[in-house]
Parts: sequence; structure tokens; C-alpha cells
Amino acid sequence: MDIAGKNKSQFGYSLTKGRQIDYDKNNMKLRDFVISNEPSLLLCIGCGGCTATCTAGGFTNFNFRKLHNLLMRGETNNLEESMKKCMLCGKCKLVCPRGVNTRNVIFTIKRAFAMTDFSKPLK
Amino acid sequence: MIHKKIAVIGGGVAGMETAIQLDRIGYPVDLIEKSESLGGHAKNWYRVFPDRRPAAEIFEILHSNLKNSRVEVKTSTTIKTFEKKDGKIFLSDQENETNSYDAIVLCSGFELFEASRKEEYGFGIYENVITSAGLEEMFNSGSILTKQGKAPKRVGFVHCVGSRDEQCGNHHCSKVCCVTAVKQAIEISEMLPETEVFCFYMDMRMFGPYYEELYRESQEKWGVQYIRGRVSEAAGNAGGSIQVKAEDTLTGRPLKMNVDLLVLMVGMLPSKDTKQIAGQLDLKTGVNGFFKAWDDHYQTNLTSQTGIFIAGSATAPMNITDTISHARAAATEVDKYLKEINNKITY
Repeated sequence: MDIAGKNKSQFGYSLTKGRQIDYDKNNMKLRDFVISNEPSLLLCIGCGGCTATCTAGGFTNFNFRKLHNLLMRGETNNLEESMKKCMLCGKCKLVCPRGVNTRNVIFTIKRAFAMTDFSKPLK
Repeated sequence: MIHKKIAVIGGGVAGMETAIQLDRIGYPVDLIEKSESLGGHAKNWYRVFPDRRPAAEIFEILHSNLKNSRVEVKTSTTIKTFEKKDGKIFLSDQENETNSYDAIVLCSGFELFEASRKEEYGFGIYENVITSAGLEEMFNSGSILTKQGKAPKRVGFVHCVGSRDEQCGNHHCSKVCCVTAVKQAIEISEMLPETEVFCFYMDMRMFGPYYEELYRESQEKWGVQYIRGRVSEAAGNAGGSIQVKAEDTLTGRPLKMNVDLLVLMVGMLPSKDTKQIAGQLDLKTGVNGFFKAWDDHYQTNLTSQTGIFIAGSATAPMNITDTISHARAAATEVDKYLKEINNKITY
């Protein structure tokens, strides 16, 4: 729901949603699900090799490194939309110095979104 | 002169200093080196970090101390077999000449990562992709030129080549390459003031005294630019320049850049001899392949075998300063060990 928009229409002013990552309030279910299915994601050091070689990243704002950081912080709102940009070419997996199975991370996130809404526990 | 004989295997910085110190205590020492001359990898270096002093100065000291010692230097000597028997260590060289020793110190050092293994960086494919060791050779020759014979207008450094890389099976950090890149970036900026220099890094690990200061100097005085992102690939352009791709992670966008010279900061791996020696003498090696010390804090010169000691970069990637300290510590440990076994016999 667009709270800021609603407020604006009702009262003629807008509230700006805070930009902070609210770590305590964020939902970590997707993170936990992805990590339990693909634990190699824990090894990421954020070097950006994946994004440097990314076929989709050259033309869209798809960025696996950033996506990983957002996922780990529970910032999952725009992830489903973002997933659609990945072509699953797997070049990211070839360059990763930590051996993260990046492709399977994408698959797992897609699987999670296909399965359920996040109000229920993921399996 | 003490009647206990010691062999030091490997004539790089660690071996030279260990031999010098053992001689000072009074032991007869053989310093055994497989190549024609002493000095190991470091002798090929132009200047060393963090003070950019000529490497040759350090070797002047080492050679002068060796010359004034009774150490028997045996170059062009390869030990084929190592055997420990009845408390003595027997070494046989390529001529099947066998000598016995009361203690040996393994200073078998490191070797540089074979840059062509990272095919995506183009070493051995594109002429203007060189290694950090190759760049030191250029410094020694006095001119930094591309293969086309021109002074490079832009130079890129790729950190962590063969280090911290699952793809080539090396998890360890080679420790000294970060500060080497900073030093080399400064050398280039000094020799070619018009040249832009970029370092592509994952983390900058300035672990030693005055290293962080050198990093600062590179930014403040020389304008070296640091881009936080691992290079994913390098491709050759017509005309010889190289295009590199990385993510500029701090802006969050993929980046491409053409450079005239690309320098790969090759990591340190255990020398091939390390594996052979460890096998013959039943010594432990770590997950990184280097000799494993008996105790990683308190006994870093001891191995799982009495009478067999280790020093320098045979134990882990190490800078020259720490190597010299480690070599001196090894001499102390050898002396302690030989005195202890001597006492056991006496009393």
C-alpha cells in the first residue's frame, strides 16, 4: 500500500518512507530459505566479479552482488521483479572467486516466489 | 666450533639469513641451493616495499655476512632424497653424494602463481598483459614500454591473481601482493608522470608497518586510483590495448576500461619441492600447501619431526622483513634443540 500517496491525497502532504534498512523488522524467511538450499551464498565477499561479467547487467540494472546484499538484509520487496532480468547464462558462476553457486541462488529465489506467499513458513 | 652439522635447504633470503645466524652461534653449516646463484625470487626485485629501497641493498648485507662466515655455500645442488634415520638426517644430491646432518632447516620458499592458468586475464595470449614479476624486470631494465614500444598512458593492476580464488583451488591470501601493487603503482607514476594508474582490488590488506602510509602516499602524492571490484575478464583490442571488465562495486555498476598495460598481481604458492620434501620426510602441510608448523603461535619453526626446522616463505606467504625474523628464530630453535640432545648424551 502506498502510504505516502494516500496521505498526500487525504491531507495534501506526503510522508517520506525512511531509507534505513530496518534489520529488526525485515522478514528473513527468504534469506533463510535460500541459504539452507544453497549455503555457498554465505561465502560471498562482494567483489562484484559476477556483475562485471553479467550478460543482463550490461543492459539492465540487474546486479547479483547487490541482490545478495539485499537478500541478506531481508530487503526482498523488489527481488521477484529483478529475477526476471537474469538470463541464467551462468557466467557469474564461472568467475566467482568464492565458488558461490550463483545460478542456483537465482533458481532458489525463483522457486521460493513460485511456491508461496511469505506469510507462511517456507520449506 | 661445535661438532654438530646443519644443512639449510634453499638459498633465498630465509636460507641465507638462517645460515648466517647458525654460523654466528658456531655451527658448521652447509647452505644448499638448487639454482646457480643465491637470492631466490627477491633478487629479481627492483625495489622493495614499503620504503622503496633497492632490493640489491638487502642482498649486499646478506652476501657480505655470508662471505665473512664459514658457511659452505653449495649452489647448483639439488637434494634428491631426504631421509631421517637414528636421529640424523641424510641428504643425497644429484650426484648421489650423501651427507649426514644433526639438523636441517627447510627454506624451500615459494613459487609464483602461473598467470596463464587464469586464461580469462589473457596472460600469454595478449602481449600487454604482464605479471608483477615481469614489471619488476621492466623496472630493472629502466624502461616501461608496451610491446608496441610506447610508454603506456594508462596502466591497470589486477589484485588477487591466483590468490583467494576457488576457481584455481587457492583459498589463501598471498599477503604481500596488495602492498606490492601500491609500490609498483607509485614506481610507474614516478617514472611516467603522465600515466594514469588504476588498481582493481577486492580488499586492500596493508598488514605491515608503513604500508598504510604507502597506500596513502600513492593516493595523495601520485594520484593512483583504486576501484573496488574484481576484474572478471580482459580482452585484447586492435593496436594492443587491453579492455578490462569489473564491477565498480562502490557505484554499483559494471565498468569497462581500456588500459595500455595490464599487470597481474600473481600470488605465492608453495614451491614444488615443498610437496616432495614433505612426502619424503613425512612432514605435515597446511590446507594452503605450505609446511605446517608444530604450533602456529609458539613454535612456528618446528615441524612434526625433531631435528627438521622450517623458515620463511616455505611456511606461508611472507615479506622480507618477517622472513629475516623467522630465519633468526629458526637458528635459535636449532641451537636450543642441538644443545638439548647434547645434554642428554652427556648426562
